[in-house]
Parts: sequence; structure tokens; C-alpha cells
Amino acid sequence: MPNTFVKIASITVGAGGAASIDFTNIPSTYTDLCLKLSTRTNNTGLRVRFNSDSGANYSWRRLLANGAGSFSDSNTTFGSPYNTFLYFSMQDTTSDTANTFSNGEMYVPNYTVSTQKSASLDSVAENNATTAYMAMQSGLWTGTAAITSIALTPDTGTSPSFAQYSTATLYGIKNS
Amino acid sequence: MPSTYTPIATTTLGSAASSVTFSSISGAYTDLILIISARGTTSASSTSVYFTTNITGSNYSSTWLVGNGSAAASSRYSNLGQGYLGYIAGGTTASDSRGNIIAHFMNYSNTTTNKTVISRGNVAEAETAAYVSLIRGTSALTSITVGEGGGNNFVAGSTFTLYGIKGA
Repeated sequence: MPNTFVKIASITVGAGGAASIDFTNIPSTYTDLCLKLSTRTNNTGLRVRFNSDSGANYSWRRLLANGAGSFSDSNTTFGSPYNTFLYFSMQDTTSDTANTFSNGEMYVPNYTVSTQKSASLDSVAENNATTAYMAMQSGLWTGTAAITSIALTPDTGTSPSFAQYSTATLYGIKNS
Repeated sequence: MPSTYTPIATTTLGSAASSVTFSSISGAYTDLILIISARGTTSASSTSVYFTTNITGSNYSSTWLVGNGSAAASSRYSNLGQGYLGYIAGGTTASDSRGNIIAHFMNYSNTTTNKTVISRGNVAEAETAAYVSLIRGTSALTSITVGEGGGNNFVAGSTFTLYGIKGA
């Protein structure tokens, strides 16, 4: 029996942190992509860009819950530049409980097919405080080229960075 | 290491179709994962996707939590002849837009308990949602049909893949 959930690459952030996490030269030999994150940053969200596309080619909708209520917003709520990336929240930040890393998963079906690419994004940012967040998001990139690279950067900040020990692993899933 | 995400069957629609059926599903796995990347022809920004199985009758219930970009909401259906997995892109979206659904059928082959399904549906033009469904029936699931919930078609090029996951 084939085992088709295959690790493509895994990145662990070293001492001093990192401004971005980048997967490049993603092979087109799979059907779907799945990205698993364990991250801590200095901002509550990540910017996800495919193939270095920084144009206004992204849209997303988000469902949030924080222990007190549930909310929904979208890229249109925030305006530009939040249509130039998929916004992947929520992230544990340096303001949250020490040594706590958020986790998240992004699933992209049919990443090599010449249609727009839809994505499913889920994340949690647990925190030993009154408020902690979980988020479910839909995402769409209007690009029709095969996805060959994924760049993750923390959202705005003076020096956006991932904390040491943050990890990101990209898997490929084959349908045959 | 047990096999994960073993492909059982995949369908890419060569022409529009109102439903897709996976039949003669092996009982060799612990759970099933169904990945849908599709667009429906119902004239809306999104359209629902229903499912039925070899367990028939008004034995399906579904509860969902949805965010449409401005508000969160929850509702449910019960005692229906089909359950719901989520929403995909509808006929008013761009012709090459797609929505996706990731559905997990837990412990599908046991013959002792009712079956549960948890799923995520994503349409960036309309909403994001999580669904949980109950199928009241103790038969092993041997077939699954998914259909365009607006009563119309999935467009050509829509893909449906069923994977098996083994617990051991």
C-alpha cells in the first residue's frame, strides 16, 4: 500500500529567530499540499504568499473564537494590503505565555492544477490568560500556475520574526 | 509505521454532474478522509454539499459553525435523509474558482456504533465553516455519495478523492 502523506521539507528556526520561513522548489509530483506549523512570532498573524506573488490576488474569510465570543471578518474588513496574502491567524506572540507555541494547518488541494487555488487554514493560539484564540479560515489565490514556493512572514511589525524552535513542515499528498 | 492517506478512489469530473459516488469501500481502514475541490452551478457565491451513505432513512443530522466575513452563526438539521459537509464555490464565482471540503469519517467500518463525520468547508468568496454530522446506523459504511446541495451540478474539473487511514 502506498503511503502518500509524504514529508517534502521541514524547517526549524534556529537561535536568533528568523524573519521568514520559505519553502522553495516544491515538486509538482503530488496532488495536494499540507503545511503543519508550530510557531511563535511577534505578531498574531502570518502572511502567506505563493510563488512570490505580492499582487492583490488573495482573498480570505475568517471565523474566530476567543473564549468569550465568536466573530467573523475577511480581507475586505482590513482592506489593502490584506488582499496581497493569505492571512494565517492566530499566532502565539511574545506577549503570550512563555514557551507557548501556536499550531496551525493549511491544506491546499490540487496545487498544480491550472485553476485558482483554494485553501483551508486552521490555527490555535492557546494562552494562560483570560483570552486565547482559535481560527478557521478559507483562502483563495487567483493564480493559476502550479504552486512552487510558499513564503511565511509574520504580519506587520518593526522586525517581524519567528521565535527560535518554531517549526514548519510541508507534506505532499498523492491521490494515486 | 501504518499507512496514512492511502488513496482508495479519485474522481475528476470530465463533465458536469450532480453527484459523485464512491462504492464498494473497503473496510480495511480505521477512518476515511474525503477531499473535495469543486465548484457548483447553483447561482450563488456558494452552494452546499450533501452526503448520503448505504445507511438510508431519515437518520442524518448536521450541526455547523460558520463565518461569512461579518458574523459568526450556528445552526443544525436533524432527521434528514442526508447530511451536510460544507460549502463549495457557487455559480456566481469566477469560472475557475474552487471551494474545498475536508471531511473525516471516523471509525467508519465498525458495526457497533453510529457514525460521525467532522468536516471543514471553505469558500473564500463567501464563508468558512466547520460541520459535524451523525449517521444513526451501525452498518459499516460501504458507499458514500456527495451531491451539489442546490440541486444543480458540480462543474467539470471538480475533484473528489477518498483516502483511508489506518490506526494500526
